[in-house]
Amino acid sequence: MREFLLESNENLNRLDSEIPELEQRPADKELLASVFRTIHTIKGTCGFLGFPLLERIAHQAESLLSLLRSGEKRLSPRMVAVILECVDSIRKILGNLEATQKEGPDEYAPLLDRLRAAIEYPEDVPELPPPPAEVPAEIERASAVAESAIRVDVGLLDKLMNLVGELVLARNQVLQFTTQKEDGALTATAQRLNLITSELQENVMKTRMQPIGMVWNKLPRLVRDTAHACGKLVRLDMDGSGTELDKTIIEAIKDPLTHLVRNCCDHGIESQEERVRAGKPPHGVVSLKAYHEGGQVNIEVADDGAGVDVARVKLKALEKGLIRPEQAERMSEHEAMNLIFLPGFSTARTVTNVSGRGVGLDVVRCNIERIGGTVDVFSTLGKGTVIRLKIPLTLAIIPGLVAVSGGETFLIPQASLLELIRLDGDCAGRIERVHGTPVYRRRGRLLPLAFLNQVLGLEKAAQCDVVNIVVLQAEDRQFGLVVDGIKDTQEIVVKPLGKQLKGLTVYSGATIMGDGRVALILDVLGVGERSGVLANRGAQDRAATQTLAAAGEDNQRMLLFRAGSFSRLAVPLSLVARLEEFPQAQVERAGGHHVVQYRDGILTLVSLASVLEPGSPADTALTNDPIQAIVVADGQHSLGIMVDQILDIVDEAVAVRQSTNRLGLLGSAVVSKEVTDFLDLRAVVEAAAPEWLGRQAANRAAVVLLAEGSTFLRGLIRGELEMAGHRVVEACDATEAINRMEGVPITAVLAGSNLPPGGYGGLQDAIRQRPNLAQIPVVELAASAGRREEMLTSIARLASAVATREPAIPAGCVEGGE
Amino acid sequence: MSTVQTTQYATFVVDDLFFGIDVLRVQEVLRYQEMTRIPLAPTVAAGLINLRGQIVAALDMRRRLGLAPRSAERLPMNLVVRTEEGPVSLLVDEIGDVLQLEPADFESAPDNLTPSARELVRGVYKLKDRLLLVLDPDRTLEVNEFLETRPAGSN
Repeated sequence: MREFLLESNENLNRLDSEIPELEQRPADKELLASVFRTIHTIKGTCGFLGFPLLERIAHQAESLLSLLRSGEKRLSPRMVAVILECVDSIRKILGNLEATQKEGPDEYAPLLDRLRAAIEYPEDVPELPPPPAEVPAEIERASAVAESAIRVDVGLLDKLMNLVGELVLARNQVLQFTTQKEDGALTATAQRLNLITSELQENVMKTRMQPIGMVWNKLPRLVRDTAHACGKLVRLDMDGSGTELDKTIIEAIKDPLTHLVRNCCDHGIESQEERVRAGKPPHGVVSLKAYHEGGQVNIEVADDGAGVDVARVKLKALEKGLIRPEQAERMSEHEAMNLIFLPGFSTARTVTNVSGRGVGLDVVRCNIERIGGTVDVFSTLGKGTVIRLKIPLTLAIIPGLVAVSGGETFLIPQASLLELIRLDGDCAGRIERVHGTPVYRRRGRLLPLAFLNQVLGLEKAAQCDVVNIVVLQAEDRQFGLVVDGIKDTQEIVVKPLGKQLKGLTVYSGATIMGDGRVALILDVLGVGERSGVLANRGAQDRAATQTLAAAGEDNQRMLLFRAGSFSRLAVPLSLVARLEEFPQAQVERAGGHHVVQYRDGILTLVSLASVLEPGSPADTALTNDPIQAIVVADGQHSLGIMVDQILDIVDEAVAVRQSTNRLGLLGSAVVSKEVTDFLDLRAVVEAAAPEWLGRQAANRAAVVLLAEGSTFLRGLIRGELEMAGHRVVEACDATEAINRMEGVPITAVLAGSNLPPGGYGGLQDAIRQRPNLAQIPVVELAASAGRREEMLTSIARLASAVATREPAIPAGCVEGGE
Repeated sequence: MSTVQTTQYATFVVDDLFFGIDVLRVQEVLRYQEMTRIPLAPTVAAGLINLRGQIVAALDMRRRLGLAPRSAERLPMNLVVRTEEGPVSLLVDEIGDVLQLEPADFESAPDNLTPSARELVRGVYKLKDRLLLVLDPDRTLEVNEFLETRPAGSN
């Protein structure tokens, strides 16, 4: 039964490619015979296994095809449609069979009627009675092939591959041992083991190889359907469908390839009229080409359509805020063309049901890069477009460079490696700094550098004269990774890191070295991004990123205290009005709150423990000891937050280590060498005294867009802004900021000076270009806003900007934006 | 739930706490293994070990429970736990016996347990001379939320 499903599905896939081909070449006897045979096989097996519905459909289709074969009828487009419909129905029934062991409830009477009609009514009179075909010989040859091959479960192949991986590692270990021993026999045996292992590895790898035609099979059908849907004429040419790739890679490129081909049909090829007007044949051609080159497979998806309009691409990218105007001017044509791979980019003027729905080329690039491939686009306006994918042959065993940094061994996938540079003696001084960013002049061009020790937070190597630069390619950019030492290259088996370490983007996995130790494999893209060399384009942007990182870690004064089960909490001292201590006896109850008489007024007290842990027993703070309270105030209101103990006030650099979704907390960081939770004062005030924030919002109704790349800074400043009575909408980059502004009426914008991608200036430019937003004041948030004075200055400037503007919109409208 | 019937527990010690974990979840116990540390990983993830060709992450139970770090001369033991995503090793101070325990002795976790421990403990068995804390292996291994970088040079 399983065999039958497997085989039938294969046959159906073949039909998907053969039938459209048949439509192109209706006189091709061999092709027709092949289609006939496939349907016949399905019919035969169905009858044998007792699936009446399936058999009936296959039988009718076979009858129709036999008329075609004998030359009594000629293939018409309507027939093709009916036959394809049969194929779909059969596939659907097979799906039902696989899932439920039944043929399913669907009725196929109309289809059967149409089939019968196609058979009985002679709509096309055969013009060329074809000569009888020599079919039997063909069948014999095919079955001979079938006998020399057997079906193997993919799971088994995967297991074999894993075992060979283990064997390779064991071999590496044995080889390492033999180098330490002077034993002729051992060395000879090890050499033999080495050779056999390599050969075994190669051959097992081959068992997993599949021709790329496996993926291409589905494309003729796709092209036909897409072209029909768009009302275009498109032919699909395929070259090199026998090129073999590892099965996992075949799986991984299936979707991207389908997307690219569909994209060609939909956007690449022009409509018939346009083509004729441009002096091209009405038939568009999409061609696929696959070939080996330098241990990689190149796949080209080309069309002879309109080509990529670079000017329009730039315009669109500017419009969407993906690049800045001065960037656009400097950009080469090739660079500009590659903008189409940016997320959020689509040049299609209209959204069709085929493409332009946001699942764009960025996803294609992302998927290809995930398997270590690259994507490039070449285009001539009016002539056509070529998209070239470079794909590794296999993923399981890859060559890697063994590098050492901070006493640890790391592996760098060789696929990303461009060259190695070794600077010794006086040359070491040739690392220069542009705005704090280390660069190296490589053949006249500046190569940004990242020090692996710094990126990973490892110890610095002892001072030495030699500098090793590993030049790496990530996406379309290059950078140099400075390591302490380079050892050699090695075949490595990539093993994934466990669930607990998934979030670490700097590693793509780990492997076992010759000495049995585990070594981490660097993810070149992740390392580049983390170090900042890839975060932005252009040296200024890079420098800006580093300043931002520094700003995030700028010194800050914090109050540390303890409450409930939270042994170490922190709040920026800038938010604290006073610290007070009240004797237990002064606490009274009023309106369901604890209150104390305080400076001629009443101060509401809230127990922090009960806000942070709603389930915990309340009032634990009310013992005989005096009450410790942190008083927050804004001139009109004040609130006393009861805590168990005030611990300390510290002044130090903080980088938030993790954010949290927990109510009342912003996240945690290491303060004075201990993990400390940061209190979300706004949430506490909101929980304890909702009328405070509510009234303020109603009073002023200023909606501030806080655009800042650092989550931590955003959290801090949001607190300050809301304490000052503003409603806050957040954005983490310029694109999001513009989207927010389009969606929610904003009174003013407070933008971080290093806001990605183009900084404060970039956002300002983008806003000025939009007439509907251009009136909104934009205030720059000082680069080192971690420092309280500068933060307050920025907020004060914002306040004056807000004051000069009418509160445009009632506060109620803000809800959707948050 | 395993706590209802008689269950066998593999026991171990972390600092002065005595823990038990459902013996069916334990793959094996190993003496100290050489580890490769993982820069930038959360401190809980002490490193990677080579378990007969398989790469296994080792989680430091002291860190996980928010306890004081182990003294340098004291090498931890590996308690390798099965999970759906493959084995994970827990670094503990000492390995104890496998105990068969009666549901009658079971009680839910006391409130005065440290918060980070309470989160991971299903309950307590009252043994004759000491208390055995039943560790929830799945919660213990949920360290995703801890994932972010640890500050440079804090190792």
